[in-house]
Amino acid sequence: MMRQSWWKILAFALLMYTCTMGFLVDIPRLDDRLQHSIRNLFFHVPMWFGMQILFIVSVIYAVIYLVKPGSKADTYSVEFARTGIVFGVLGLVTGAIWAKYQWGAYWSGDPKQNGALIALLIYFAYFVLRGSLNDDEKKARIGAVYNIFAFFMLIPTIWYLPRVSESLHPGGQGSEGNPGIDGRDLAPSMRIVFWPAVIGWTLLSVWITTLRIRLRTLQNKWLNG
Amino acid sequence: MKTKATCSARSINLHLKPHRISNTKQIIALIRKDILLEIRQQYSLYGVILYVASTIYIVYASMNQPENEVWNGLFWIVQLFVCVNAVAKAFLQESRGRMLYFYSIAGARDFVISKLIFNLLLMLVMSLLSLFIFTILLGNPFAHLGKFIGIATLGGISLSLVFTFLAAIAAKAQQQAALMAIMGFPIIIPQLLLLMKISVVAFSSVVQEGLGEMVLLLVALDIMVVALAIILFPFLWKD
Repeated sequence: MMRQSWWKILAFALLMYTCTMGFLVDIPRLDDRLQHSIRNLFFHVPMWFGMQILFIVSVIYAVIYLVKPGSKADTYSVEFARTGIVFGVLGLVTGAIWAKYQWGAYWSGDPKQNGALIALLIYFAYFVLRGSLNDDEKKARIGAVYNIFAFFMLIPTIWYLPRVSESLHPGGQGSEGNPGIDGRDLAPSMRIVFWPAVIGWTLLSVWITTLRIRLRTLQNKWLNG
Repeated sequence: MKTKATCSARSINLHLKPHRISNTKQIIALIRKDILLEIRQQYSLYGVILYVASTIYIVYASMNQPENEVWNGLFWIVQLFVCVNAVAKAFLQESRGRMLYFYSIAGARDFVISKLIFNLLLMLVMSLLSLFIFTILLGNPFAHLGKFIGIATLGGISLSLVFTFLAAIAAKAQQQAALMAIMGFPIIIPQLLLLMKISVVAFSSVVQEGLGEMVLLLVALDIMVVALAIILFPFLWKD
């Protein structure tokens, strides 16, 4: 399925739709402050969907590696984590720029900002750990162990903590719903752009990862052959 | 000849399997060995105790007797550093040859369980000790000291479990001490935040919303760390 092109075309179409309709679609005017900056929703929030999905795929391949060692599973695990980090950084940056206008500062120590930063630190540590090991097999095996451990330590807290803390994001203490976004709150006109945007960006992240995986596989072949 | 040798080795291995049923015995023996080592090589135990005392003294020298919130934050940060130092040596002190020996007589799972329990006991002692020194030097701000002792115990357990497993990972790599911090600090932040939140109840008679839920989450995380350690540790010692 990965080699087929229909999902790449779909990703392209969805992102074209997002980048045009994202700026054109009618948005509700809630107050004088938010106004058109709410369109950041189509770009900022999908980054987190992408990051979270890629990290989940990465940890699945880490488990596969431990059950049945092979360089393929390791390459997949590493590359999904790598693209996940890129999307996480983009999510932080898009959020910070928006926050500068809306909250008055790039960084305000919001629980979700902290959670996202912790997630990125954990995956940076994953790459430092791999870098400090010389043997390829050891690198893959110990990296996989840390990947799984960190994932299970991180996810419960990152999904739970923001819900019980006061937050500037939607879904914090006192308000119901998902920590990232409250789907029921979203205006219908925005909904028809938001979900295509999520799917489009996520597909793009997978596309980037498959390209990296092919590159790595070729490099390995070239080095070993 | 060679095949015969491996065959017999395998049969010995199989033969040993039934003995492994008495896992608890082996675990207790391994813990006893660790405790005996601590008692005989007193310098390392005293080293950690001195580390606790001097760290807290530096905190006292720079902050004197701070407000409750600062007290709470400082306490947990000191706990974090004490834990990294007390627990790090769990795996780093074992030489490669001795590791192989343990592996052949006890099995990876017994070994990691014994290390988890030993570090838990060590960290419990260190937590209570540092709480004692903290209250002497930085003052006793508590409305409910008993509650805080309970929270400190829970915190010590959580920290020791996480860092024991991370020490096992770091022992495989170069620059072990630095890696402990790089890997451990991001992972432990959520738990430290939870502990600091829970601790508020010990300082005054406020009602902390969702307190039971947070304690449960911490306990659940501890159980998960133990489960993950037992599942993942054999992969670390394969070589």
